[in-house]
Amino acid sequence: MGVLIHFFTTLPVYFGLDPMGYAWAWTISQTLLIVVYAGLVMVSVAFWILADRKIWAAVQMRRGPNVVGAFGLLQTFADAMKFMFKEPIIPAAANKAIFLLAPIISATLAFAAWAVVPLDNGWVVADINVGVLYLFAISSLGVYGVIMGGWASNSKYGFLSALRSAAQMVSYEVSIGFVIVTVLVFAGSLNLSQIVRAQAHGWYVFSILFPMFVVMFISSLAETQRPPFDLLEAESELVAGFMVEYSSTPFLLYFLGEYMNIIMLCALMSIMFLGGWLPPVDIFPLNAVPGILWLLLKIIVMFFMVSMVKAFVPRYRYDQLMRLGWKVLLPLSMAWVVIAGAWVVFVRPALAHVFGG
Amino acid sequence: MQDYTSFRPDETPPWLRDGAQSEDGRITINFGPQHPAAHGVLRLVLELDGELVTRVDPHIGLLHRGTEKLMESKTYLQNIPYFDRLDYVSPMNQEHAYCLAIEKLLGLEVPKRGQYVRVLFCEVGRILSHLLQVTTQAMDVGALTPPLWGFEAREDLMQFYERASGSRLHANYFRPGGVHQDLPPKLIEDMIEFCGRFPKLLDDIESLLTENRIFKQRNVEIGVLTREMAETYGLTGVLLRSTGVAWDLRRAQPYECYSELDFQIPIGKNGDNYDRYCLRVEEMRQSNKIMLHCLQNLPEGPVVSTDHKVVPPRRAVMKSSMEALIHHFKLYTEGFKVPEGEVYAAVEAPKGEFGVYLVSDGTNKPYRCKIRAPSYASLQALEPLAVGHMLADVSSIIGSIDVVFGEVDR
Repeated sequence: MGVLIHFFTTLPVYFGLDPMGYAWAWTISQTLLIVVYAGLVMVSVAFWILADRKIWAAVQMRRGPNVVGAFGLLQTFADAMKFMFKEPIIPAAANKAIFLLAPIISATLAFAAWAVVPLDNGWVVADINVGVLYLFAISSLGVYGVIMGGWASNSKYGFLSALRSAAQMVSYEVSIGFVIVTVLVFAGSLNLSQIVRAQAHGWYVFSILFPMFVVMFISSLAETQRPPFDLLEAESELVAGFMVEYSSTPFLLYFLGEYMNIIMLCALMSIMFLGGWLPPVDIFPLNAVPGILWLLLKIIVMFFMVSMVKAFVPRYRYDQLMRLGWKVLLPLSMAWVVIAGAWVVFVRPALAHVFGG
Repeated sequence: MQDYTSFRPDETPPWLRDGAQSEDGRITINFGPQHPAAHGVLRLVLELDGELVTRVDPHIGLLHRGTEKLMESKTYLQNIPYFDRLDYVSPMNQEHAYCLAIEKLLGLEVPKRGQYVRVLFCEVGRILSHLLQVTTQAMDVGALTPPLWGFEAREDLMQFYERASGSRLHANYFRPGGVHQDLPPKLIEDMIEFCGRFPKLLDDIESLLTENRIFKQRNVEIGVLTREMAETYGLTGVLLRSTGVAWDLRRAQPYECYSELDFQIPIGKNGDNYDRYCLRVEEMRQSNKIMLHCLQNLPEGPVVSTDHKVVPPRRAVMKSSMEALIHHFKLYTEGFKVPEGEVYAAVEAPKGEFGVYLVSDGTNKPYRCKIRAPSYASLQALEPLAVGHMLADVSSIIGSIDVVFGEVDR
């Protein structure tokens, strides 16, 4: 970032002009960074989707996409092109503005969340102090994309799906919130990079926070509408839920946003529990590997687990989903806030960084 | 009850118009006919109180082809393919009932080998149907892998169909008096090999479902059927047996060689979706056992009766025998005549009692043929089973009562 700002500040000098003001240089470099970063994330999504389909296919003893490009690598691009060139159909009875705004909100928020995710020590677009809260806020807003889309479609399936989404995402955000609190108590910071640095002496997944890792994993599935919590788009009940009337690019935006959220939550879990860019142990051959590769590896592991869950499990019913969220995960995570607090105050000073930070 | 008379047939009924709402805020939705869980062309008009289902109104007839009427203008032999198209997931079981009815009227004996081959393919049909039901029910509750695993075995079974009859689905293989062709020796070997590995596949599918917490949560005590209800609605097959009634036509009134075979009839206890799932898995295991027994003890001899007034002679014989040629000509122009009378023949099809009530006026065409399709009766039970459950359970219950629209709409 500093290099970029310096480059843009001095750039006019080569043309015999005054140096650019800091504000302008900062804005230009930040914009450039965001565009490159968003582009990278978006292209990577294509391969995450392919990976998801390949893993799913392997479980089902199929081959999965293997025709477009080598090993089907270009399949997602082909699908995306198809969606872009199709006619967007807007139902006559739909509220047009909201109907089109909803998928845009979904996709934009999914992009925005990535701003605070540190890929390596210092590699982050916005190194803000309230990174975790920012993520939490963004993912809470994500529900609006679904509610608006479902409502604006003027379809009863979409409407039911929107109602379900409101209830589902709100209930699981509550337990995610408490999980995040336990991590905060351990790390002592809301900054994601600080949370990773605090794990230098031991990842939180190997501490007493392990149950919270499990809760976080389950809640993430619910938050991103993955099976067994895919009630919003439950094929056998609501056909495609809030997406039932969407086609073409609006559908593509939903789809993109959905997968970006999944990967974002995988990254968040890697950062909060699996030590982010840190190697498993800080010894020579391991700490020579770039941190971004460690983070990528951890995201891949998490994504593989998310993918496998899709292949195995049936879907919860609405009331069972609510029961799990409010009666099992919420009390557990609330209790763990107390346990984590007690641990930090009474036990950790005595054990002084033995394990679990 | 809705007033079905105050609007034109091509008009949207008032209670289905956009935004239609009853006084207490219930919404009406169309479930089907183009819905992934509608199992074909079922159209349900559901009334929902939030997620709770308060009324289920099945609308049928979208696949009506007038089979029963069409049969009256075709000869007995030409009618067999219509039966493949009733319950198209287990075609030969339907043909079987029709052939049994004709044989009863004609007083025709089926040779032992023919009986074994028939039983063999009826059990193939049972596995075909149950495999489809069990795995798609898993899909109805959201598990996406079992259908893919199950369909691989179904493909094997349909290839057996093809190698015996020439067709994967619409077999047209059973004939009054036996079956059309003998089985090729290699087919028998391959089927024995299949029977060896099939239980392993069932174990795999069961490992995904039977003890799966979510699968159990979605099926146990969902769609509970009582014995009285089952009897009132005329339910048969797995639905009846799941309530604890030991009634299976293969044992209750044995036809073909079922009385010589060693197999068990599983009986349920609670009458819910989960019991029906368990019963179907167990029935597949029993069918596999019957198949293996039939294949290993296939008696020698013809597979079809040698009464050439009904059964065409072999082609080789026709080359040298004038009488055989005449029989062949008569059979494929006029067809055979069936003595005057009425008869009811029923078989235990995978979905329940499949019956054919045949009235003959002594000509070469049936005077009337009434088909008793088990799915039709099962569909009646949908409303009492589903009301009070949630929307998600409706698709699970439709899956569990195992309706196929080929035979509901006929």
